[in-house]
Amino acid sequence: MAQTLQELEIFLKAAFLEEDFHVHIARNCIHIQSPVDMNSRVVSFLKEQPYCGFNQLIDIVGIDLYPNSPRFSLVYHLLSLRHNLRAQFKICLDDMQAIQSISHLFPNAGWYEREAFDMYGIVFKNNPDLRRILTEYDFQGYPLRKDFPLFGYTQVRYDETLKRVVHEPVDLPQMSREFDFESDWRGAKYE
Amino acid sequence: MEVKSDALLKDYATEVEKKGFVLAKIDDIVNWAEGNSIWPMSFGLACCGVEMMHTAVSRYDLDRYGMFFRPSPRQSDLMIVAGTLTNKMASALRKVYDQMPEPRYVISMGSCANGGGYYHFSYSVVRGCDRIIPVDVYVPGCPPTAEALLYGILMLKKKISRGLCKVKR
Repeated sequence: MAQTLQELEIFLKAAFLEEDFHVHIARNCIHIQSPVDMNSRVVSFLKEQPYCGFNQLIDIVGIDLYPNSPRFSLVYHLLSLRHNLRAQFKICLDDMQAIQSISHLFPNAGWYEREAFDMYGIVFKNNPDLRRILTEYDFQGYPLRKDFPLFGYTQVRYDETLKRVVHEPVDLPQMSREFDFESDWRGAKYE
Repeated sequence: MEVKSDALLKDYATEVEKKGFVLAKIDDIVNWAEGNSIWPMSFGLACCGVEMMHTAVSRYDLDRYGMFFRPSPRQSDLMIVAGTLTNKMASALRKVYDQMPEPRYVISMGSCANGGGYYHFSYSVVRGCDRIIPVDVYVPGCPPTAEALLYGILMLKKKISRGLCKVKR
């Protein structure tokens, strides 16, 4: 039953012969990369195959690599309790490119996908409840994208006449200061 | 701890002993009663909530001041906004505040509730809970110690006893 990363690497390479499917080992962890349309199949394989047994989804992480194309990365962190191994399964996808949900395989993926949708605007097909999860439901924009301003677009205030909380454009009386910790003398610019 | 409002009571007590009756402004009596039975709502939003709990439990013991945490806004006089108020929470906070019966008081606890604090420039945080509800006492700190909150509560008590909280409404 005891199985090494190297054995798993060979097994996965034999199981998926697609050209864009990559497997390598780094930092005591197996890294898998595949095209967007294969994600559900690969995760299902990793979960169901007794030889893999990745039966726990730890997290789904989004990354915005703004000037690059494809723009986004999505990383599934999986844990095999049977073999005591961890896998990172990475997918690269472009803006507005939909990806298959894996919530039918791991129920907890539903919320992770909602989070990735909320923060990056990555759309998951067949997620039963793809609403925003962290920001308010009528929030505009995707906060963790590189082109999203730190201050956002709106701020809230209670309106005494309307008797409710209203959203209005951001108005900051004082802008944030820029700190340059590299310089001995505050204010140096590297241009 | 000797509190001003208790001194007021002592005055009246000696008057009762001397004359057998007492003359007082009803406002003073009402303010004294209000100030000595502030029931706060358990409303911890973030890490300040932990310091609020420290204030409530045995070492500083809010029960001594006639303060008991209530789980419902309908039974509370005081709302301690303990922690970061996010945009998503803002309408809920206002709704809860509106459910509290008059007279009602608000203590803004910690930098985040006072003015956004560490998250002042964030896209998702309200820059001070006074944008949503009127605040009586601001307690600075990140988070304020239990002593600081206690001091804030005593300040609020003083403010109520002097009838200063009535001005706003």
